[in-house]
This record gives sequence, structure tokens and C-alpha cells, in this order.
Amino acid sequence: MATATFPQAARLSRRASLLRRALSGDSLAQLIVFLAATAILALTALLVWELWSHSGPSRAKFGWDFLRTSTWDPVAGEFGALPFIYGTVVTSLVALLIAIPFGVGAAIFLAELAPPKLSDAMTFLIELLAAVPSVIFGLIGIFVLVPMLTKIVPGLKDALGFLPVFAGPFYGVSLLSAGVVLSVMVAPFIISVSREVLLAVPRDLREAALALGATRWESTWDIVVPFARRGIMGSVFLALARALGETMAVTMVVGNTPKIAASLLAPGYSIAAVIANEFAEATSDIHISTLIELGLVLFGVTIVLNAAARLLILATGGKVSQ
Amino acid sequence: MTAGGLSFRRKAVNAFMLGLTGVFTVLAVGILFFVLGYLFVQGGFSLNWDFFTKLPVPVGEAGGGMANALLGSAKVLLLATSIGVPIGFLAGIYLAEYSGAAYASVIRFVTDLLNGVPSIVIGIFAYSIIVLKFGFSTLAGGVALGVMMIPIALRSTEEFLKSVPVSLREGAMALGATKSRTIATVVVPAAIRGLISGMMLNLARVAGETAPLLFTALGNQFWSPGWRQPTATLPSMIYEYAKAPYEDWHRQAWAAGFTLLALVLLVNITARSIISGGLSHKPR
Amino acid sequence: MKKNAMFLLAGIAMAVAASGETLINATGATFPYPMYSKWFNEYKKMHPDVQINYQSRGSGAGIQQVTAGTVDFGASDGPMDDKQLKEFQDKRGSEILHFPTVLGAVVPTYNIPGVTEPLNFTPEALAGIYLGKITKWNDPEIAKANPGVKLPNTDIVVVHRAEASGTSFIWTDYLSKVSKEWEMMVGRGTSVKWPVGLGGQGSEGLTGQVKQTPNSIGYVELTYALQNKIPYGKVKNAAGQFVQADLASVTAAAASASKTIPDDFRVSITNAQGKTAYPIASFTWLLIPAKISDPAKKKALTDFLSWMLKDGQTMTEALSFAPLPKDVVAKETKAIAKIK
Repeated sequence: MATATFPQAARLSRRASLLRRALSGDSLAQLIVFLAATAILALTALLVWELWSHSGPSRAKFGWDFLRTSTWDPVAGEFGALPFIYGTVVTSLVALLIAIPFGVGAAIFLAELAPPKLSDAMTFLIELLAAVPSVIFGLIGIFVLVPMLTKIVPGLKDALGFLPVFAGPFYGVSLLSAGVVLSVMVAPFIISVSREVLLAVPRDLREAALALGATRWESTWDIVVPFARRGIMGSVFLALARALGETMAVTMVVGNTPKIAASLLAPGYSIAAVIANEFAEATSDIHISTLIELGLVLFGVTIVLNAAARLLILATGGKVSQ
Repeated sequence: MTAGGLSFRRKAVNAFMLGLTGVFTVLAVGILFFVLGYLFVQGGFSLNWDFFTKLPVPVGEAGGGMANALLGSAKVLLLATSIGVPIGFLAGIYLAEYSGAAYASVIRFVTDLLNGVPSIVIGIFAYSIIVLKFGFSTLAGGVALGVMMIPIALRSTEEFLKSVPVSLREGAMALGATKSRTIATVVVPAAIRGLISGMMLNLARVAGETAPLLFTALGNQFWSPGWRQPTATLPSMIYEYAKAPYEDWHRQAWAAGFTLLALVLLVNITARSIISGGLSHKPR
Repeated sequence: MKKNAMFLLAGIAMAVAASGETLINATGATFPYPMYSKWFNEYKKMHPDVQINYQSRGSGAGIQQVTAGTVDFGASDGPMDDKQLKEFQDKRGSEILHFPTVLGAVVPTYNIPGVTEPLNFTPEALAGIYLGKITKWNDPEIAKANPGVKLPNTDIVVVHRAEASGTSFIWTDYLSKVSKEWEMMVGRGTSVKWPVGLGGQGSEGLTGQVKQTPNSIGYVELTYALQNKIPYGKVKNAAGQFVQADLASVTAAAASASKTIPDDFRVSITNAQGKTAYPIASFTWLLIPAKISDPAKKKALTDFLSWMLKDGQTMTEALSFAPLPKDVVAKETKAIAKIK
């Protein structure tokens, strides 16, 4: 090349191309996007640090007992997180117990049985349900669901009242009501993701089963669904993560009572709900600190579940669309 | 397997279970229509001109509207979008085009972490870094929602940029374009439909969030000038009015709920039709 | 994108319009919210450049946020105690002043199918119910005060406030005065460890819960009870009379305290002396820092206080709040000068 014989020219042209690159903004562009990505790291680190440091007084004072004791007494300064952990877990479990059969059932219908256009249209509508703001579910919860349950529950108690889960008086707001509202909110996630993983199951499996004389249902339930099992589990974990963090809909129908009761008909409380109710008015530093520690606990659990969800879904080849 | 065909029991189970799954699906879809219909019946008729133009009136007086909440929500969302979208978008470009695998997986992991934070906790975060220093404000609310928008902006940007065929990039670079030029003029435009619809879905999602606004934007019975004052927002008004004992407020809560839901659904439908454009059973 | 541009313009317009206005923000008690929202609205009509935004979140929030400095003033149905006063001094570097605004009452409200007349409640009955000791509506303690009323043999469903509330403070303050057991076991506060009962969120949540739940009892401000048309009972006062809460009986409750009200206006008038005094009454206060650095805000607040003590007091009865006694108004008007 000519530049080899003219070292000066070579140097000039190298500098020129460097300059051209800088002026064309390539290094600058790379720097900017790198900073954006790193900013996310910094922001998240800041968030975790804020949570950790502001919950310090609470962690120092109560230690692990915080998670085991159930007295929540702001006046006396005694704070135990157990009623909230209990309520959060119970309402989410109730939500899943309802949403899983419905969700997986609907996903089976949409993936296996419905004609493609109908399936797409219905899935589209169900995914819209996921977009409904939670405060609206709360509204419908107090004004529609609770009165409805107040009519249904006496019948339920007649039939199953001997079970401890249905014992005791029912005032409308309860762990059960919150669980039902949550189930409607998380079902779309289960349906959407499960449908994706079921669609991803290879055709041959179904066809082989049918060729061997299985009914449609048998081929689906005994062959296809087990194959997609991990992905479906993943969708359940995603739904669970959403249910755990849900605030508005829960606080409007759960009863806001920090007590642990065996009955689902009793009022309860959840971590997100107590933070929403008490944060702005917590008049002592230790009170605020315990609320932030609760937030940290919730955060930790949600992370673990989200991670598990993604791994499981990826393991069956489904796509985690969100 | 008998030569005579399937037993009655197996056929019955088959029909029943398939029918049941169909019922479940119809139920799920039905709930959406129920919610929409119920909100409309309760609140649709309260959507008069006053609702969109007047300020709230004191407790006990009839009339008034939520004009300040509509503007407040718009401002908070505008701020949230200006924070969340650029950061997420640029970081998404970084992940899709520039970064090495190790750092990329770190960023993705941390972003997933951020995405998993319950919205109420984001509210606490915004309270401690903004409200304690600058007071309750549109700014604080915008920051809270903006932080919530980042993870989805990043993931959807990365996903849609990666779906652009490598050949397009190579073609541009073969013609002498620099990497940044290629991205700006070739890759992003190719992915633009996905990117825009992703942003719209993101926006619709945070538009309905109430919890993070509880202790950031607080609320305001008047107009909220600028960005450093507390402001009313649609979701927090719904929450406040729904809990009140005044029938007039309930009526307005339903109307606001219907408005919010209608807007959210409209944005969702528009966004999805931009991406899918009539495809069926294609992997998304 | 076009939508965004429109909003951008509107937002900028809003930002520019801010100059010249004095914007004050406050949060606090839900008890006097109907009065405050009316006052601040009226005041803005008369002084368009002064905007006082009051958001009701509870007395606890009023105290907490004014101490944190995130709002310009707070409001509470229960006066701040010495520890809270000191905390304010430490954090914000000045005193905080209490300014009584109106008098209100807390009434026992109930929902007993078949019972339409106002019930009589003795202090022992109320304390016993809320301690969980009296569990049935036809308990002798309740029945003996209500001869001729058919009380059912049903379980009493107790409802209280879920969040930190000044109304709870007034209720528990009263119970602490009339029941040693209550005072020892539970005490007074905006947020206590209730021995029994469901938590309703806000006065709204509580009244809603009582409305929906047969055989329930709750406590709520007189205004909310009247607005909601829920039956509420009479309470036996210190002089032995069963008194229904109304403006006259509430004013009577303040009468004996008004002459001896301390300079900082922190006083409890529950279980007041006087034959016609309603025993569960209270002042409610605005919590205003003694030092306000912004001169425009200071002027706006001091002007508002003067207005509130004169014209504002004429608006209280329409909303079922009793106006302040004349002695208190006079003393308070002088105290405005303490705001520097």
C-alpha cells in the first residue's frame, strides 16, 4: 500500500481515521449506551442500598425474630412480621389454587382445541385482562365481589363449615376475598405463558398418541402437558411473583387486620398492604424501619421466584414474553 | 385396545374435559367484558363535560370533576417516559449491539432484579431519594414510574433489535457506515414497529399504577403547576374516592375507572396491532 | 408521539403559570377533612394567589410528614406528645405550634338488625365491648341502659380504624379515662394494639364496614355518621346523663376547658364536666412550625389563620362541626404572632 512508503502520510491517515471515527460519533455512541446500561446497575445498587440501610435499625433491634413473631404494636414498639408474611402467602396460595386449574385448562383449550384464529383472538383478549390496572380490580372487588361472596359463603359454610379453613364469621373482607381477586389478576399470565409452551411441544408427540388410539383429551393430558410441565411451572412462579407484590387490589378487600387465623373467611393483612397503609404515617423511626424491612423481605422472595420462573420456562422452550 | 373402539367412559371423559376447558376460557374472556361493562354502566354516564374540565369540589358539594387528575397523570407519565425510555432504549442498544456476553448477562440479571421489585417498594425508594429532599411532587411520581419503565424498555428494545437480520447490518457496514450509523439509520428503523409498540405497552402498564404514587405525588385538590408540587393522578383519585362514603365520589370513581381502563386498553390494542399486523400462531 | 407533544406543551404552560402564586401543601387528619376542604376552597376563591392543598391521610401522617419537612404544615386530632415535640425541634430546628380549628365529636355507631332507636351506652359498656369482655348485644351492661329495647343475643362485631388515626386517639383517650383496665392494657394513641375487632381503612372504610356487617359496632366522627345516615348512640357523661352528640353538647364539652386551656392549646376534653357535655369530644389542631422561612408562605398562613378564626368559624355548623369557644379564639388570635 502507498502508505507504507510514506510513514508520515501513514501517521496522518491513522490520525484522520481516528478523528473520523470520533467525529462520526462511534466511540461517543458506544460510551453513551455503555453509560446507560451501567446507570441501570448503579440505580439498582442504590435502591438495594437504600432499602438495606433504612431497614438497619429494625434488623438490628429484632434480628431474625422479626420474621417469627406476630405482635404488631406500634404504640409499644413491638413489631413482628409473621401476620403479614402469613397473609401474603395465604392469599397468593388461594389465588394459585384457583388460577392454576382455570389457567391451565384455558391454555389447553387455546393451544390444542380452538381453531387458530379464535385462539389468537381469545388470547389477545385475555392478555388485555392482564393490563387492567389493579386499583380497578380493587374497585370491582369491594363493590361486586365482596357482596357476591357474602351471598355465596353461607352456602359454602353449610357444606364445608366443619373445615377449619371455612370456620368462623365472614365479614366480606377476608383472606378469601383477596385470594379470589388475585386469582383473576394472575390467571392471564398462566394462560398466556402456558399456551406458548404447549404450542412449542412438537407435533409428532400428539400425532403419535392419537395414532395409537388416545382420545384428544388423553393425548393432551397424558402426553403434551407433562412435556410442557416445566414451562407451566414457570408460568405459575411468574403468577406467584405478581400475586405477592400486588398492593391496591389486596388492601381494598383483605380486611387489614394483622392477625393470623386458620380460617380463610377471617380478615388478614399482606406485606404490600401494610406498607401502603402505614408508611406515610409511621411516626417513629423504628416503625418506618420495620416497614422498609418488610419491603426488603418481599423483594427478596420475589427475586427468587422470578429467577426460578424464567429458568423453568426456558427449560421447555417457551418464550417469556412480558 | 378393543376392536370395537373407545369405551364410553373414555369418550365421556374426553368430551367433559374438553368442554370444561372451553368453559374456563370463555370465563376468562368473559371477565374482561364484565369489568369493562360494569365500569361503563356505573361510570360511563357520569362522563360529562364537567368530569374532564372541572376541578374537584369540597366534600358534600355535588358536581366537580377530575380535570386536574387527568393532567396530573399525563405529566407524571410524560416524565416517567422521558426517564425510563431513553435509559432502557440506550441500554438495550448496548446489550444488542455492543456489549460482550459477560457484562450483558450481568446487566440482564440486574435488570431482572429491578423488574422484580414490588411497585410499593419503588414508591418507598422514590420517597427516600426525592420526597425527603424536595417534597411531594410530580417529579417524585415521575421518577418512581420511570424506574419501573426501565426494565421493560430494555428487554423489549434488546429483543426487537436482535430480531433484525444480521444481513441488514452487514450490508450497511459493507457500504462503509460506522457501527453507530448503522444502528441509527438501519437497525432501529427496521425494528421500529416493535420498539414503538413495546413503549406503548410499557406506558399503559405504568399508567395504571397507584401504589408508587401514594407517597410520591400525594395528591392535590387544585391544579398542580410545574413539576415540584404534589399532583392529583387518575389512579390515586380512584382509590381515594372509592373508599369515601359519598355517593357522588363513588360515581366519579367509576367514571375515572372507566376512563383509565378505556385508555389503557386502547393503547394496548393499538400497540399489539402494530406488531402483529394479522399474523397467527407465529412465535412472538 | 403527537399526544406526548401536546402534553409537553400543556405541562410547560403549567410550569410557567406558577410564578406569583403561593403554594402551600399539607397533610393530616381525616376527621376535619370536610371542613378543611371547604375552607381552603373558599379561601382560594377569595385569594386566588394562595393555594393551600390539604390531603387527608390521617393524623399520624400529619405529624410524620410535617416533622420530615415534606409538607408545610400538618393536622391532627390528637395533640403531639412531648417526645414528638422534641423530635420536631431536633429535626427542623424550631418549635411546632398547635392551632385548634374546630370541635368535633366521635360517636359510637352500630348496625343491629331490628334496632332503630338510638342506644344508650355507658362508659363501662363501651370499654367492655372494645376490650372484648362484653361479647353479646344483650349483655346486662348494655341492656340495663336500654330498658324496653329488644337487644338480640348475637355476637358483637367490633370495628376499629386500621391505620393511625386521630379519631382513634380521641376514642382511646376517652376509654383510657373511663376504664383503668383499658388504660393499662391498651392505652391511648393514634394506632394501638386493639384487643379485638376488624380494621376499617379511614372513616370511610370503617363506616362502610359497619354498614355492611350486621351486629357490628364502630366509632366515627359525627359528620361522617350524619352524612352516611347511620344510627349512633348516646353516651353517658361524667355527670351521669346520657347525651346525644350534637353541636350544643360538643360546645358544652369545651366550655369548661376553654377557660383553663394551656398556652400551647394541647388539651383533652374527653369525659368533660358539665351536665350537657358530650363526653367524647375533642379539639382538632393544625400543626404549624413556629419558624417559616418563606415570607410569602408565612404571610399566607398567618392571614389564613386570622380568616379561619373569624369568617371560617361561621361555616362550621353547616358541616356539623362546632365552632371554637370565644375564649379560645381570642387566645389563639394572639398566638398567631408566635409564627416568625
